[in-house]
Amino acid sequence: MADQIPLVDYLVLGDSPHLVALECERCGSRYFGRRNACAGCFGTEFKTVRVPDEGMLETFTIVAQAAPGIPVPFVSGVIDVDGTAVRANVVNVEPTPDKVTMGMKLRLTTFPIGVDDAGVEAIGFGYEPVG
Amino acid sequence: MSEDIWILGIHMTKFGKHPDKDTVDLASEAVMGALADGGVTMKDIGVMGAGNLMGGAAPIGQMLQKQVGQTGIPVYNVANACATGATALRVAVMAVKAGEVDCGLAVGVEKLAGAGLLAGGSRANDSKTWTPQGRQGAVAPLDGRIGTDTMPGVFAQIGMEYGHRYGGTSFELFARISEKNHSHSTLNPLASYQKKMSLEEIMGDVMIAYPNTRPMCSANCDGAAAAVVVSDAKLKTLSAEQRRRAVKISASVLTTDPWEDACQVLPNVNTLARNAARQAYEQASIGPEDLDLVELHDCFATAELVHYDNLMLCEEGGAVDFFNSGAPWRDGKTPVNVSGGLESKGHPISATGIANIWEVCTHLRGEGGARQIEGARVGLAHVIGLGNACGVHILEKAA
Repeated sequence: MADQIPLVDYLVLGDSPHLVALECERCGSRYFGRRNACAGCFGTEFKTVRVPDEGMLETFTIVAQAAPGIPVPFVSGVIDVDGTAVRANVVNVEPTPDKVTMGMKLRLTTFPIGVDDAGVEAIGFGYEPVG
Repeated sequence: MSEDIWILGIHMTKFGKHPDKDTVDLASEAVMGALADGGVTMKDIGVMGAGNLMGGAAPIGQMLQKQVGQTGIPVYNVANACATGATALRVAVMAVKAGEVDCGLAVGVEKLAGAGLLAGGSRANDSKTWTPQGRQGAVAPLDGRIGTDTMPGVFAQIGMEYGHRYGGTSFELFARISEKNHSHSTLNPLASYQKKMSLEEIMGDVMIAYPNTRPMCSANCDGAAAAVVVSDAKLKTLSAEQRRRAVKISASVLTTDPWEDACQVLPNVNTLARNAARQAYEQASIGPEDLDLVELHDCFATAELVHYDNLMLCEEGGAVDFFNSGAPWRDGKTPVNVSGGLESKGHPISATGIANIWEVCTHLRGEGGARQIEGARVGLAHVIGLGNACGVHILEKAA
């Protein structure tokens, strides 16, 4: 397999791709991405925690107008993964209001974004319906 | 509570397309209008708060002074997304409240006619080699790949989340909110669009981000608004006519987000708005049931719904019932956005947080013409800048 790189650094690739969050050691607040301090308690110590793969659709929109180059329509949403909110696209579902429903069970999935000039493949993530 | 602060003069330009006027022209028109309305000149002004987001890095306040009057006073050029106008006003109010000056000026202006999506309207090309960048180590632009950056999409999710939590929402319900505001706009000669739209027209229009169709989104337009504020002591030295038309600022509040889970994932426009409303009601010793009219930040139809609740115009979770009762129509219990709101009056970003106050003042002064809310004595103006900042002002007719 060609070299791969995750779309963002909180996506961990490998046999079992998953998301990781930074969790404040003091108050437990969770974040995605590099931190200077905790916005909740101002603590500066964080640990990396694995985010579960399955969650529920907390809210969504079906984007019909977006920047040139972005395929539309697509479903943008917030997924509640066992108490941690994750921003992502909902994929592998028809992007219509009758197929995408609040509270639907979703599971993390990954897919190729493209290959760069050095032959490295970028891997993105989204959430797809379970079952 | 320290001494009262008053709006002495206030002005809003026609919102819409002004191809023959630049940003400074529009701001000048608003400022000279507000000064004339208050019966004062630049010589009386001790401080200026000024806002403009899209015109570039040059300081709008100083460019404006060079056209309307250079007196050497301090200018505070402020930026707070869509709450920029309210922030400029807060600067003037704080300076008067602190006793540094007895008369201040605030102005917000924007040239936006013809602009498309303000965020998420363009996306950088992918680079030739994937290189992690930024706080999330992204190797490529994320808009459209990890959710949406577009405002219609963000606020669609905010309205849909409310529906998920409390029930009762539908595409049609959100469209009916827009139908109300477009109906209201027909009475406002300063609105960008003064066209009544049927539910079918609204729902059948171009979809932007479900459930927001184009007429359910704020209208990009040109416009400016300005206000002159004075201390109670200064007002007492002015004419009976100036005192009669002065509008009391019973509360002036600006908030940001307190940390909550998920607030950095999808903007939470609810908590800071509720906090601002609560502080404002307390400052003014006024409750939501006392309000004769409300101008709230309907940047999208989906946003108006959640703000009924955030401003406590209804019980918690009761925004759908509140709307369905007819309360926010101009003949209802709590008229909301009788100006036509951002969806039809228009949303020249930095002007909005003063223009909504102009609308309320116009009714409190009994100068609303065909759209006057009869007997209006108390009103509330609310604005949200994504990021987030929330401004809430409560205004009262002079006794």
